[in-house]
Amino acid sequence: MSSAHPHKIGQAIGEGRWTRLALITIALIFLGLMLIAPLFVVFVEAFSRGVGVYIDALAMPDTMSALRLTLLVAAIAVPVNLVFGVAAAWAIAKFEFKGKAFLLTLIDLPFAVSPVVSGLIFVLLFGANSVLGPLLDSAGIKVLFAVPGIVLATVFITFPFIARELIPLMQQQGSSEEEAAVSLGAGGWRTFFQVTLPNVKWGLLYGVLLCNARAMGEFGAVTVVSGNIRGVTTTLPLHIEILYNDNKAAAAFAVASLLALLALVTLAVKTVLEARFANSHAAQRRH
Amino acid sequence: MTTAAPDGARKLRWRRRSVLPGFGLSLGYTIAYLSLVVLIPLAGLGIRSASLGWNEFWAIALDPRVVSALQLSFGAAMIAAIVNTIFGVLVAWVLVRYRFPGRRWLDAAVDLPFALPTAVAGIALATLYAPNGPFGVFLMSWFGVKVGFTSIGVTLALIFVGLPFVVRTVQPVLEEIDRETEEASATLGAGRLRTATRVILPAMFPAILTGFALSFARGVGEYGSVIFIASNLPYKSEIAPLLIVIKLEEHNYAGATAIATIMLVIAFAMLFVINILQAWSRKWFGHE
Repeated sequence: MSSAHPHKIGQAIGEGRWTRLALITIALIFLGLMLIAPLFVVFVEAFSRGVGVYIDALAMPDTMSALRLTLLVAAIAVPVNLVFGVAAAWAIAKFEFKGKAFLLTLIDLPFAVSPVVSGLIFVLLFGANSVLGPLLDSAGIKVLFAVPGIVLATVFITFPFIARELIPLMQQQGSSEEEAAVSLGAGGWRTFFQVTLPNVKWGLLYGVLLCNARAMGEFGAVTVVSGNIRGVTTTLPLHIEILYNDNKAAAAFAVASLLALLALVTLAVKTVLEARFANSHAAQRRH
Repeated sequence: MTTAAPDGARKLRWRRRSVLPGFGLSLGYTIAYLSLVVLIPLAGLGIRSASLGWNEFWAIALDPRVVSALQLSFGAAMIAAIVNTIFGVLVAWVLVRYRFPGRRWLDAAVDLPFALPTAVAGIALATLYAPNGPFGVFLMSWFGVKVGFTSIGVTLALIFVGLPFVVRTVQPVLEEIDRETEEASATLGAGRLRTATRVILPAMFPAILTGFALSFARGVGEYGSVIFIASNLPYKSEIAPLLIVIKLEEHNYAGATAIATIMLVIAFAMLFVINILQAWSRKWFGHE
């Protein structure tokens, strides 16, 4: 930033040096105490009993089976919500139609519902005194207190994530490039894969990462539908709760450090993407 | 926007013509999937709640234990949302307007509560603020405040989960505010504080309200990060979502359904009121 009178303008529309410093300090202290300290304590506690306890906690059969279940749930929930997110973003960002605002509100609904209530609605839908539950039970399909229930609740919870990341991005980019592609004879799928997708790939990736972090970390909804059957319906967050309540804090934090690491990777990828994205943006402008 | 419409386009249509393909497929799939995953299951809760009957519903709703749990959930969420609004706007301001080393990493850290599972945050906060934890000891001996296992602890956990909502809704708006209006305000003789409160704040107001509402809504329903730091004693530090879990464990489906319905109705009503306020403030201040 360069201007003719940097000093004068800086004074007129900026804050004094001390105000600036004070505001930055408050922000740093607040975020440090509220966000960084809890993250820090996860890793400190995880290794508080030594590396041996840490490795033992991760190598426990229960941890392994919880990890497998968590990966399975995310492997189902993320792709189905990815397909939905792309379809919803295409319909909402590329076309003008009535009722769009209402549709957006409906997509946001799971954000406004408590995780526990999200679990409850599936208990009511598939429970013993529902219509569907006994029907599926007699067909030999167990939904509640089993893997399908956990998957359903997780899909519900992570439903808006990718759509919400993609829609504003695709709206911002408009549809002139796609219209050019179509008028040059490209089909719908080709237009999407060769024109739209390259434009939104980083936003899409971050949406997928956030969706995945939430899918692997969901606790409230999964607590309600899982029935907490050890080694069968225990996901990583539920396993953490069991260990913590068993007074095995170091083991609980060891498992928690896996999920904290996943969160860190998610945020690091986002930061790197944003930096790269800003650079490629600048490079484009230079041409 | 007033564009001269070509013949026929003035006709009321529910969608504008486009050369792009795939509208029917994408919208159809969106609505079908939305109905199957979200709307039908939610409707199930409504139907079950309606079948409870008026008297049974109110008997559950007015049970003192339920009332105090709801009061705690909504009250703590309100305080947390207010704290988050104040500090969230400050953080957004610092991130957008100032350049300092480590700014990018601080910006990334704001998203931590989105990415960190609530159970992990819960045990970490409980360890920090427990009476024998590093922060807990300090707060007890210096200020005589007990945070862990009290309603203050509940509020603290809700501040943690709600913070990014305010920062992330205010930040983009702040980035787009035209610096020229600030210069104009300054040349007209307004001091910096006056410019901030009379020019910048009104422009950010709808975004601040949205951030507040999102933070509040998230706090009301939060479960995972709270249950470890609260002692979960009935009437004292038992939040409404926990009470739902307890009722379910007792196979009291009617009780769980009634509490869930009250929470949903109040949360939706709050969001509705705030939507109206937002529309009003946009009209009033003339900002988008």
